[in-house]
This record gives sequence, C-alpha cells and structure tokens, in this order.
Amino acid sequence: MSVATKPPAQNSLAHNQLPRYTTQLVLVASAAAGAGVSALWGGFSIVSFAVLSVLIFVIVNTVLSAVVEGRRKAVDKLVTSLVYTAFGLALVPLISVIWSVLDNGTARFSMDFLTTSMRNVTGLNDQEALEGAAPFIGGAYHAILGTFLITALATLISVPIGLLTSIYLVEYGRGRLARSITFFVDVMTGIPSIVAGLFAAALFAVLFGVGTRNGFAGAVALSVLMIPVVVRSSEEMLRIVPNELREAAYALGVPKWRTIVKVVVPTAISGIASGVTLAIARVVGETAPLIVTAGFTSSINTNPFSDWMMSLPAYVYSQALRPLSGSSPQPSFDRAWAAALTLILIVMLLNLVARLIARLFAPKTGR
Amino acid sequence: MSKRIDVGDLNVYYGNFLAVEGVSMAIEPRSVTAFIGPSGCGKSTFIRTLNRMHEVIPGARVQGKVLLDGEDLYGPSVDPVTVRRQVGMVFQRPNPFPTMSIRDNVLAGMKLNSNRMSKSAANEVVERSLQGANLWNEVKDRLDKPGSGLSGGQQQRLCIARAIAVQPDVLLMDEPCSALDPISTLAIEDLIGELKQNYTIVIVTHNMQQAARVSDRTAFFNIAGTGKPGKLIEMDDTTKMFTNPSVKATEDYVSGRFG
Repeated sequence: MSVATKPPAQNSLAHNQLPRYTTQLVLVASAAAGAGVSALWGGFSIVSFAVLSVLIFVIVNTVLSAVVEGRRKAVDKLVTSLVYTAFGLALVPLISVIWSVLDNGTARFSMDFLTTSMRNVTGLNDQEALEGAAPFIGGAYHAILGTFLITALATLISVPIGLLTSIYLVEYGRGRLARSITFFVDVMTGIPSIVAGLFAAALFAVLFGVGTRNGFAGAVALSVLMIPVVVRSSEEMLRIVPNELREAAYALGVPKWRTIVKVVVPTAISGIASGVTLAIARVVGETAPLIVTAGFTSSINTNPFSDWMMSLPAYVYSQALRPLSGSSPQPSFDRAWAAALTLILIVMLLNLVARLIARLFAPKTGR
Repeated sequence: MSKRIDVGDLNVYYGNFLAVEGVSMAIEPRSVTAFIGPSGCGKSTFIRTLNRMHEVIPGARVQGKVLLDGEDLYGPSVDPVTVRRQVGMVFQRPNPFPTMSIRDNVLAGMKLNSNRMSKSAANEVVERSLQGANLWNEVKDRLDKPGSGLSGGQQQRLCIARAIAVQPDVLLMDEPCSALDPISTLAIEDLIGELKQNYTIVIVTHNMQQAARVSDRTAFFNIAGTGKPGKLIEMDDTTKMFTNPSVKATEDYVSGRFG
C-alpha cells in the first residue's frame, strides 16, 4: 500500500518556508553590513560593529521571516535572536575578566611565583629588576598557604554546623524554632562580608585583646559567610531524598538517627559534597573579612592560631594598592595579576572537584 | 514465629481529624488477610497502625488496643522501633535503597542496625531471603550490582526479601502490586501463597480478584462520605465475602455495583 502525497502547493498543512540556511546567510550579510556602516560612521570600532551587526541582523531576519513565513515564525525568530543576544551580553564580562587576568597575569605567573614569599623583597629589588640588573623576585607562596589554611579551617567549622542544622531543619524541625532558624539563615545569607569580618574581629578583640589578628579569626569570619550557604544547599539535597526510603528503613526497625546517618545522608551525599565545594569556592575569594581579621604579612606563617596571615585576595589588594616601589609599581601590579590568576585557577579547580565529587558519590544505576 | 493480631476498638486520628473509627478484628497467624474498600476509606491508615508506621506522619495518633500475641503494641513503654522489627512492611512503590547493592539491600535490616554477622551467615541470609522472595535465580550472579537497576517487579520482590530477611512475625503489604504489571503481580501473588506458611500476612489491595485469589479472610472498609471516618463494615472468610456477604454494602462493592 502506497501513501499518496499531494503536491506541496495544495497541502493545507504546508506554509511558505525560507530555506534552512537563511539565518546563517543573513548573519554573515549583516556582519559585513555592520562592518561597513561602522567604518563609514566615524571609523571602525569593535563596539559599534557588534551593536550595528546585531541590530541589522535582528531587523532583517525578522522582517524577511514576517514577509515570507508569517507572523508566528517571525516572532519566533525575533525572540530567538533576543535570547541569543542576551546570552552573548552575559558572556561579555566573563570573557573580558578571564582575558584580562590571563593577559596580565601570565607575565609573572611561574613556579618561582608559586613557591616563594615576599619576605625581604623591597622596592629596590623591583627597580633593579626593571633596569635589568636582577631577576624579578617575590611570590605568593605565603598567601596561597594562608588561603588554604584559613579556608580549610573555615570548612572544618562550617560543614558540621551547617550539615547538622540542615538535618535538624529537614528531619526534626517543626514549628516556631525551625521557622526562626530558616529565617535567620536567610538573613545570614545576606550579611555583607565586611560585617562578618568585623564581627569576627570584634569577637577576637573581646576574647584575646584588641588588635588580635590571626588565621583562625579569618576562618571564623569566613565560616559566618559559609554556614548559611552550606545549610541552604544541604537542606535542598536532604529534602529531595524520597520519603519512601525513610519509611523503608523505619519499617525494618531502624531507629530514626540510624536512618538519617545511613540512608538519608548517603543518598544525598553527592549533592551535599558539591554544595560544600561550591560554598568553599564562594568564600575563598573573600577579601574584606580577611583584611580585618587575618591582616597582611610578607612572610610565611604556618600557624593559623598566632600572628598575621596573608591570603591571596589580601595579597592582590596590597600589591595593587600599595606597590613596593612607589616610583616603579609595575612589578607589584604584575604580582597582583598573577595572584588573581592563581585565585581563579583555584576556584576553577574547586568547581571541577565539585563536579567530580557529585559524579563519584551519585547513587549508581546500572544492571 | 508468626503471631496473631487482635485489634480492639481502634480509632485513628490525624490531629483532630478522625480517619478510622472503631475497628475491631482478629488476624489469624499463618494466613493471608486482605483489606478491600474504596480509596480514602482508611485501609492504608489502618494497616500502618499495625506496626506504628503511621507515627511517621506528624499529628497521627490512635486510641484503642492492638495486641500482638496478647502484647499491646501501644503499651506505655513500648518502643515503636521494636514493634517494627517484629512487624515488617512492604510498600506500594518498590523502594530499594539506591546507594546499596542488591546484597546490601537484603541485609539492610541488619546493616543499618550495625548488627555484626559473619560473612557466611550473611551469605546464608541473603540466599534464604532471596529464595524466599523468588528472586534468587534472577539476581544470584549480580548481587553486587545496585538494586535500582532491577525491573519494577524484581525491585518489589527485593523489598519483600529485605522485609523477610529480618524474620518478622507479621508482614504487612500496602498495595504491593499496584505499580506492577500482571506477570510481576502473579509472581508476587504466588510468593504470598508461599510466605503464609511461615508468616502472618496482611495485604491491602484495590484489586478484588487479587483479594479473592490470595487471601483466606477479607475485611471490607467503607466510608460514609468525604470528611467522615472510615469504618470496618464486615470481615469474614474470603469465599463467604465474595459469594454471600451479610452486609448489602459489601455485596454492592464486591459485585462492582459501586466503587
């Protein structure tokens, strides 16, 4: 049995359609037109080229479609191009940041930078290096070490508190107490980071005397910022554990706490772990709270419980705003950019780790 | 190891709402008792009171007595956890633990309670339970694979294996076949027939043919209207319930005249 098709013109389901490659053609044409108009109109520039091309493309593509294909398709194409434009606009700052950090940071980024501190490095060294009489010296090892120590301590403080809070909220919390905890966690999410820093500084001033600054104070400040993020993300993850699993465990005569420890948390662990990693990535770049709690130093300090401790954001800040040599600040700026690059690499690494953890711990399916 | 259950004048509340009113019944050991009735009539609520699972829902409470071989489940110092170790339950939707292998799922009752057992004893429990649930031949070569990789019917039998691995006295089944295809349903029904040699089985079902096929005694629950409490209308031998019930409402329901 053969199915007979009517010729296209008579098919009541068919409409006029532009060829498939029309959009691409219009795109190329409007890029060319945009370049032309931009060149004629007061000299070629990237910005006017981009704006004009997009404008020409949106107008031509929509009008063409409206004329040939009808209103619905035209609206579809208009909105599609608007969505793509918005996406492109959102990417602009991201790419620009990554580009400028890479562009400026690679100058000084090296093994030497990662493994030396700023101890005994002065403006004189920078001037000599600029004149070519000596190599560029001074690195961020002490800051990297400080960032790792402070962040690790902050994680150690926040994860137990945050995880237990979220377990309370999901498994036990009822009524007014749970509601007020949720409310205060929400409020904490919005605390400006400098306020968290001042809180920790004030706390340590009361406990150990005014002017106490060390890595641990910085960790406390960071954990104030981290706890609400951990609570929120773990709470979400625990809530999506199906109730049926809890009931299955109860029906086997398993007490509630064992159900939580052995069924609920393991089922949600991948989400919790990646949430924690993202929370770490969120606080690792905090500057203000660390400046008021951990301070600055140019030497390596491995003890977070005494003396000032450098961190990467504070290093960037001090190198950029207070160059070692006032007359020739470029080496300091280079160091600041290299440290910024290091920080971005760390955050990127943490995000990758989060994805890896999520995949490793995810409940396995398969036959 | 199977025990009888006697329920005396049981009321179940959710907060102030009376969900089930005045149920009294006797459930014989080594038999299958089926609960039938329209949706929302309190069958599931009632069956969950038999191992205190209803307490998982905030505000749920009961009045009355449930006796397991003469011991009150709701006595003043009775721990619901102890009750649930003796009265196991299988749920409507198969719910194996996704983080565990098939083997660990069967052993979940012991593992989650951190009961130490030798490897050989554990192997024996796994094999006995999976044999008991008619699943051994299908999974014996892949005991270390995740339980969530099995088909729906196999998962439900895995859940039954998990429930009987802890050797309860009573096995409650809340619509165990409602998410399964006819072939898997048949497998579970055969299994129920075998399990009643050793266990007291209570099953909730919407499928009257199923109740007629598997059960020795049947209880019919009904509800007067929305917002009214569910009540036990009649309980008798299954053959009598389906051929010559003494209450008109039962006859209407089992003959398909309503519901």
